[in-house]
Amino acid sequence: MISDDPRPPPRRSFFGALGPNELKGLFWQVLVVGIAVAVVVFLWSNTVTNLSARRITTGFAFLGREAGMPIADSLLAYNPRDSYLWAFVVGVANTLRVAVIGIVLATILGTLIGISRLSANWLLARLAAVYVEVLRDIPLLLQLLFWYVLMQALPAARAAWRPVEGVFLSNRGLILPAVPVGSPQLWVLGTAVTGFAVFYLVQRWLISRQMQDGRPRPAWPFALGLIVVLPAAVSLLFGVSWTIEWPALRGFNFIGGLALSPEYFALLIALVTYTAAFIAEIVRSGIQSVPRGQWDAASALGLRRSFMLRQIILPQALRVIVPPMTSQYLNLTKNSSLAVAIGYQDVVSIANTTLNQTGQAIEAIALIMAVFLTISLGISFFMNWFNARIALSER
Amino acid sequence: MSAITEMPDLPRAARRPQIGNPVLRWLRSNLFSSIPNGILTVVLLAVLAKGVIGFVQWGIVNAVWLTPANDSNACKAVRGLGACWAIIPEKYRFILFGTFPFNQQWRPGLSVLLFIALFYLSTRRALWRRELAYLWIGALAMISVLMWGGVLGLSFVSQDRWGGLPVTLILATFGLAFGFPLGILVALGRRSKLPAIRSLSVLYVELIRGVPLVSLLFMASVMFPLFMPSGFNIDKLLRAQIAIILFAGAYLAEVIRGGLQAVPRGQYEAADALGLSYWRKQRLVVLPQAIRHVIPPLVNTFIAFFKDTSLVLIIGIFDLLTTAKTAIIDPAWQQFSVEVYIFVAAIYFVFCFAMSRYSRSLEAMRGR
Repeated sequence: MISDDPRPPPRRSFFGALGPNELKGLFWQVLVVGIAVAVVVFLWSNTVTNLSARRITTGFAFLGREAGMPIADSLLAYNPRDSYLWAFVVGVANTLRVAVIGIVLATILGTLIGISRLSANWLLARLAAVYVEVLRDIPLLLQLLFWYVLMQALPAARAAWRPVEGVFLSNRGLILPAVPVGSPQLWVLGTAVTGFAVFYLVQRWLISRQMQDGRPRPAWPFALGLIVVLPAAVSLLFGVSWTIEWPALRGFNFIGGLALSPEYFALLIALVTYTAAFIAEIVRSGIQSVPRGQWDAASALGLRRSFMLRQIILPQALRVIVPPMTSQYLNLTKNSSLAVAIGYQDVVSIANTTLNQTGQAIEAIALIMAVFLTISLGISFFMNWFNARIALSER
Repeated sequence: MSAITEMPDLPRAARRPQIGNPVLRWLRSNLFSSIPNGILTVVLLAVLAKGVIGFVQWGIVNAVWLTPANDSNACKAVRGLGACWAIIPEKYRFILFGTFPFNQQWRPGLSVLLFIALFYLSTRRALWRRELAYLWIGALAMISVLMWGGVLGLSFVSQDRWGGLPVTLILATFGLAFGFPLGILVALGRRSKLPAIRSLSVLYVELIRGVPLVSLLFMASVMFPLFMPSGFNIDKLLRAQIAIILFAGAYLAEVIRGGLQAVPRGQYEAADALGLSYWRKQRLVVLPQAIRHVIPPLVNTFIAFFKDTSLVLIIGIFDLLTTAKTAIIDPAWQQFSVEVYIFVAAIYFVFCFAMSRYSRSLEAMRGR
């Protein structure tokens, strides 16, 4: 910490331990806190007066009332007779659905574009640079409206595009073949997740053994066994069926398969392509921050390129990449609130409808803020933990 | 994979003698350095050619550039095959200036030029002196006079008639002009030794940065009337402006704080040794150095909330994006929204691209 205070010349003060500087500090703090409290009290009293004048009851009691709003696109079971509280939960699920998938896809796309910018192939590097520059310099909302217009301009369901068998793209959105998931399938997936966790521990043990005698031990047989073979065995043992459900056109609409609404799809594309441009720059500067000598030394050891990237360059680049990446993930999550502009019902859009129906403005906006602050804290917490894991451990 | 992961400009220990045609040499080293690289080049060229030819077909060859006023039949004839650029001459006055009285539209036009001149002068290193602040105050005052009128023989135009590009520029520029001093105060507050001031600053910054701008704008449009004593009403545009100032202040504060951390400790100690008071020390010694450090990220932050001003569409304020979206409501032109979006995107792009170029040139000047 930098001391912002000149050392006062030693002199006997009137106030004992409270020197003139402490007094000055105390005065400033009392002043600023006083102003802040006064502003809050002023706003609060006005609000109370206005609310009573408009006969609006405050409080969250309205959350128990019947919402009566339709929600077109939801992960969870919902009908308009459910409560506002449940509508909010559905909204949060919709926000998370777009944010989580968006973060994963944007990371993949952004990393690819970031590496492309460093490619030895001049054409690829130029194209990646143009992509980044164009996407970064146009407002996200404009891009979102643009994608949404394009989605609406797609042919009707009967004339849908079929890029691959079983995939339909039309103005009804994107329809994909899906595997119906019930509890037996979930058990198998659970086995795979458990296998992955066990594999993580095994890998740590293998590395610690390698640290002792310097001999690398291959980890892939364990990975194959725990993450692929074991769940497959469980699946066969209990005869879990994995029939793929192919969507089909009946009349004017599709049945079966997994349907992504045009609103969701437009929002996802806009968020992913936009955020990927920023992630690409982060990845590029991260890789460029690794000193030249590291590349040279790894080449001098005669290491293979892929090994070199994975074991030497990326771990060092990650230290530079992770902190700014965190703020991009937060941005993507916050930007998902633009859904309200095209009518995808995320938490902001549902809060907005609630606000218009009930007049409970303060509560609705407070709920939006609480939801986003919670998500932000969650992402920050996870990324800080990850960052601490990869940070330089100095003796 | 090797085509992708090769590092550029590897130091060539022994330069091969430069033989042959320089063009061919460049092609070999930059596009066909290895077999996978060559394949990649060919594939990319094919994709690029397909895209460019398709766009030229749609955007230039089959496009309709002009139609008689208010007649979109020629456009409807080529729908799907060619672009309808005719919508731009038809609607550009509305897109750029909204519902500002038609014969007075030279005023917002001049305001836009003033904004551009202001930004340009702000990028000149020679002008980074105290006078720049006066320049800003003068320019913003002139723009207010031009937009509002009511003095100097200009007719009065109320804010709800403003629209388009000037509104976007006003929201962003006033956001910067007021957010910047606020950001400085909050950044100093966050680094202060006084616990109450520090925690208030931290609370403000984290609260604003943790929620989407949309929710702040909702607050401005819905809750603000509740906050104020009855009978006291502020115009919608100004309410959104306040939200954007508060939003910008938090982000700028974080950038400035980074700059404060980069000022070496000796500078503080030297200022203390001269016996400067806290405010004089910050004003004369610390802040000038801190801000000089972070001008590139400051420009980037400005670009970010220049783009973010478009969010006021959601609360129904007529900025550039809202006027564009409104222009397409006209039934005759409804199907040609893509063309309008491309036009508006180009305007945003020109502004942001110029600023990001400038930010990059500053970084290059610092010699990285």
